[in-house]
Amino acid sequence: MSELTKLTIAGARDALRKGETTSVEITEACLKAIEGAGALNAYVHHTPEIALEQAKAADARIGAGDAPAMCGIPLGIKDLFCTKGVESQAASAILGGFKPEYESTVTSQLFDAGAVMLGKLNMDEFAMGSSNETSTYGNAVNPWRRGNDEAALTPGGSSGGSASAVAADLCLAATGTDTGGSIRQPAAFTGITGLKPTYGRVSRWGIIAFASSLDQAGPMTKDVRDCAIMLSAMAGHDPKDSTSAELAVPDFEAMLTGDIKGKVIGIPKEYRMEGMPEEIEALWAEGTEMLKAAGAEIRDISLPHTKYALPAYYVIAPAEASSNLARYDGVRFGHRAKLAQGDGIVEMYEKTRAEGFGDEVKRRIMVGTYVLSAGYYDAYYNRARKVRALIKRDFDEVFAAGVDAILTPATPSAAFGLGEMAEADPVQMYLNDVFTVTVNLAGLPGIALPTGTDKQGLPLGLQLIGRPWEEGDLLNTAYALERAAGFVAKPGKWW
Amino acid sequence: MSIDTETARRVAHLARIAVPEEDLPALAGEFNAILGFIEQLSEVDVDGVEPMVSVTPMRLKRREDVVTDGNQPQAVLANAPDAREGFFAVPKVVE
Repeated sequence: MSELTKLTIAGARDALRKGETTSVEITEACLKAIEGAGALNAYVHHTPEIALEQAKAADARIGAGDAPAMCGIPLGIKDLFCTKGVESQAASAILGGFKPEYESTVTSQLFDAGAVMLGKLNMDEFAMGSSNETSTYGNAVNPWRRGNDEAALTPGGSSGGSASAVAADLCLAATGTDTGGSIRQPAAFTGITGLKPTYGRVSRWGIIAFASSLDQAGPMTKDVRDCAIMLSAMAGHDPKDSTSAELAVPDFEAMLTGDIKGKVIGIPKEYRMEGMPEEIEALWAEGTEMLKAAGAEIRDISLPHTKYALPAYYVIAPAEASSNLARYDGVRFGHRAKLAQGDGIVEMYEKTRAEGFGDEVKRRIMVGTYVLSAGYYDAYYNRARKVRALIKRDFDEVFAAGVDAILTPATPSAAFGLGEMAEADPVQMYLNDVFTVTVNLAGLPGIALPTGTDKQGLPLGLQLIGRPWEEGDLLNTAYALERAAGFVAKPGKWW
Repeated sequence: MSIDTETARRVAHLARIAVPEEDLPALAGEFNAILGFIEQLSEVDVDGVEPMVSVTPMRLKRREDVVTDGNQPQAVLANAPDAREGFFAVPKVVE
């Protein structure tokens, strides 16, 4: 078979079961593609030996029959996931050399299902960023370019390496995590599909924590069907994560019928932002028409507190981060600063953290420290949590009124150039998450999928937001939209 | 609400991050940009609204108060920058 790296999970699964190829062949093709793709800086730790060993084991299992869908599928793993004995640094210098003694629940489940790990993927440091420019490994690069312009574009963030690797066929699929849009924004920037599940659907155990009430891992894949297959393998109750839900995991793939007749799709007026590019507006209108043509009922809805989602997020996420990242103290793991004569433990903490954390991470830790500090806790943190309750109530009311899913743009623009935002203040970068962050605050499932391109040929994505725990229904609506949009463009290979 | 250099110094110390004196004014400026953005939250009427604790109504589970894991000091210490005789080693804490 030719072009093994271009296979979808479903395509590879079927070919493997028919004996048309082997996991070792697909894995070797991916490893070769990765070797030639250094310019994308998507992979930051390479694990070819592990990959080939897992692929051989997968082939034996497939040969014996009865192998699960993910068996033999080569994946890239975001650096945020702890993988036993393999560097897991959250793209931070403070975790330099850290090799966990344990395996995250998500990667355990994937490996138990027979999946193959090709390596660890680039990301924004501690998942804090929207452009993959805060990584200690340097920028990941988007395989897409603006026509013939050679300017390097961002793959988005924080799961930028995952997005770049999937879009450039350096793996069949990748894991991502999403705290404010970190799966969906990079998916939209690179023309791939990314799902953030309902909060509690996927175990957070062994995933390096950023903001624990918002973090959720999910699949980043080449199409909606692959998202469904991979989510089934990642999800499930885990006693090691007290917020993981005790709910059965359906066969999400079996729910993809493409039939959305009579489904009610909400179009929220508050997502029509001032200054939104016409192309995004047109993409959204086209997507609405496609769902209508597929038999869905389109309904104008209002989510009145949308405007306050980003400011609430930029209180809650830094507050939780300041607490979660207190553990990086130079004592138990990672970097410890060289100390001067007479330095005590406080100097050790302060120097270690100053050296180990990048600027954006430091900024967020300090903002979080400030909003939690005596005298400001009520004014900032508690107020933000109240606004969060109102944002969730907006969604609850819309769903109670019969809306099945909500259609919005995924991002306010196509991928921008690396370095283009360097002079902007931090808030400008935060605006990237304006359409995605509400979903995290309300704990809902959301999926981004490509439905068109802009004038320069860059992919653009739409987002569908679903009811809690109804990823199956959400994936089916996304499947109908995917079929109607027929997005097949791929980046031309320049790397 | 405007953050001055002194407040920036205090916050940096609370966060246990060393910030050179000359960087404090720029840091205070960045805090002010972010807090200015956050300030919009004061427009929202939150009277009678409970602060959100959890996005899904769930009770945190409890388990038996028994040892479920342990006896692996080597694994625990494997990533320590400085471990000696089965302990994490740090600079002198008590004079």
